[in-house]
Amino acid sequence: MINTIWSALQYGFMQNALITAALVSIACGIIGTYVVLKRIVFLSGGVAHAAYGGIGLGYLLKIPPLVSALGFSLLASFSMAWVHRKTKERSDTIIGVMWALGMALGIIFVDLASGYKADLMSYLFGSILAVSQLELLLMAVMDILIIIMVALFFKEFLALSFDETFTTIRNVAVDWLYVILVGMIGLTVVMMMRVVGLIMVIALLTIPPAISNMFVKDMKKMMVMSILLSLVFTTSGLLVSYLIDLTSGAVIIMISGIAYLLSYVGKNLYQIYKNRQAGVEVHE
Amino acid sequence: MQDVITLRHVWAGYEDDVVLEDINFSVRPDDFIGLIGPNGGGKTTLMRVLLGLVKPMRGQVSIMGKPPELGREHIGYVPQIIDFDRSFPITLFDVVRMGRLGYRKLFHRYNAQDNEIAMAALGDVEMASLKDTPIGELSGGQRQRVLIARALASQPQILLLDEPTSSIDPKVSTSIYELLQRLNERMAIILVSHDMNAISSYVKTIGCVSRKLFYHAEKAVTAQMLEAAYQCPIDLIAHGLPHRHLHDHVQEEAAL
Repeated sequence: MINTIWSALQYGFMQNALITAALVSIACGIIGTYVVLKRIVFLSGGVAHAAYGGIGLGYLLKIPPLVSALGFSLLASFSMAWVHRKTKERSDTIIGVMWALGMALGIIFVDLASGYKADLMSYLFGSILAVSQLELLLMAVMDILIIIMVALFFKEFLALSFDETFTTIRNVAVDWLYVILVGMIGLTVVMMMRVVGLIMVIALLTIPPAISNMFVKDMKKMMVMSILLSLVFTTSGLLVSYLIDLTSGAVIIMISGIAYLLSYVGKNLYQIYKNRQAGVEVHE
Repeated sequence: MQDVITLRHVWAGYEDDVVLEDINFSVRPDDFIGLIGPNGGGKTTLMRVLLGLVKPMRGQVSIMGKPPELGREHIGYVPQIIDFDRSFPITLFDVVRMGRLGYRKLFHRYNAQDNEIAMAALGDVEMASLKDTPIGELSGGQRQRVLIARALASQPQILLLDEPTSSIDPKVSTSIYELLQRLNERMAIILVSHDMNAISSYVKTIGCVSRKLFYHAEKAVTAQMLEAAYQCPIDLIAHGLPHRHLHDHVQEEAAL
């Protein structure tokens, strides 16, 4: 098995896949932490699915789908962020409508597009093995952008995630920060689409931070741990899928999901054990 | 002494729904006001008006002589602790430093002065020794103190608290009220609560919010205030209030 993996690593596409896993994990660990803490998982799901409109547009206009998806996703992010901030009630309904509209647009664009529609499925279910040099470059740029933004606005994003009302009262430009945050979710989601497909983006975005949150009590540590977990899940999923010839995106998500369940059960059992120990001490 | 807060003929609400009607209210720098009132009576809306989160439909709001969107920088706001996620990965020192946000603009890190002020605020609430503790490991009363410290870190002239003892046991509540009494030497305090019994022994004056504001800068809760504020009889309303001047029939109603 080691030999199989070793020889697989000699292929250029495998090396690209591993670089992709690393680049995506960075964005995913940082932004996923905000998504989980700010509880905007649904909004992120909306952005991810609406981005399919951009994929369709790419096929229609014969431009790289990842580029048009990027534009579309940012547009979806900004409009959903605006809806989320400005409508008093039922913003989730409106986001749900935009989620579906984006996907419908994508399907219609693909219908209208002429010619051979190769690897359309790869955007839905991911295909980390088919990442191009251009896409790698794009991902690296997006990572740098995300790291710079988070470094610049770290104290504001922390405050915004923890207590939005208080942050508003301190006269921080909360609306703008929110738009920037959701915009970064848009970027991240497009990168991740290549790895696990837009249908499973939400799982990879939320599982690593959710596990980290069980074990660390500091936001920066939570981000670092999420990046590492995401890296472990994507690379191990990639190798397993290669060895037994399964869809890589799905294997990555299966591994993440199982890891989540195990940590959840483990953490609770440990808590029960600790409480019982504490109980014994009290009795003595 | 100049008033720190003035409201003149303020009407406020949401869309077509008027929640507050013709509110006139002034707060002096040394006031310690308890605002009571029935649920849905507009206590929260009044707070949101003071914080510039709800724009009044009519009337004028002035905080330290400025409109609320600017004047709110002088208000230290202490929200209810139940609104917080206990698993949020943050130490209490980092929570308190959020009070410095208005002073340290975008692109700037908190500096030594911010840290000093945050530590002083933690000292005021007697929590300095726990500064590196994650907030999830604190008790309800301790978390309430941390939120007070965060408000103090923004060096406010006015402290505004929303139900500061609603989910805290009575012993701890007492210590929090005593803390507020000490802080009142430095700043005006307004606290909103439905627990009239508890606040009545600590505040200097009591007001009643129920669509209108019944406030005469006195500690006495008059029958007129209660009648106007609580449309239907509510038990316990008359218990434990100092200087109560209740009509006989109100007391009968209260006894029901």
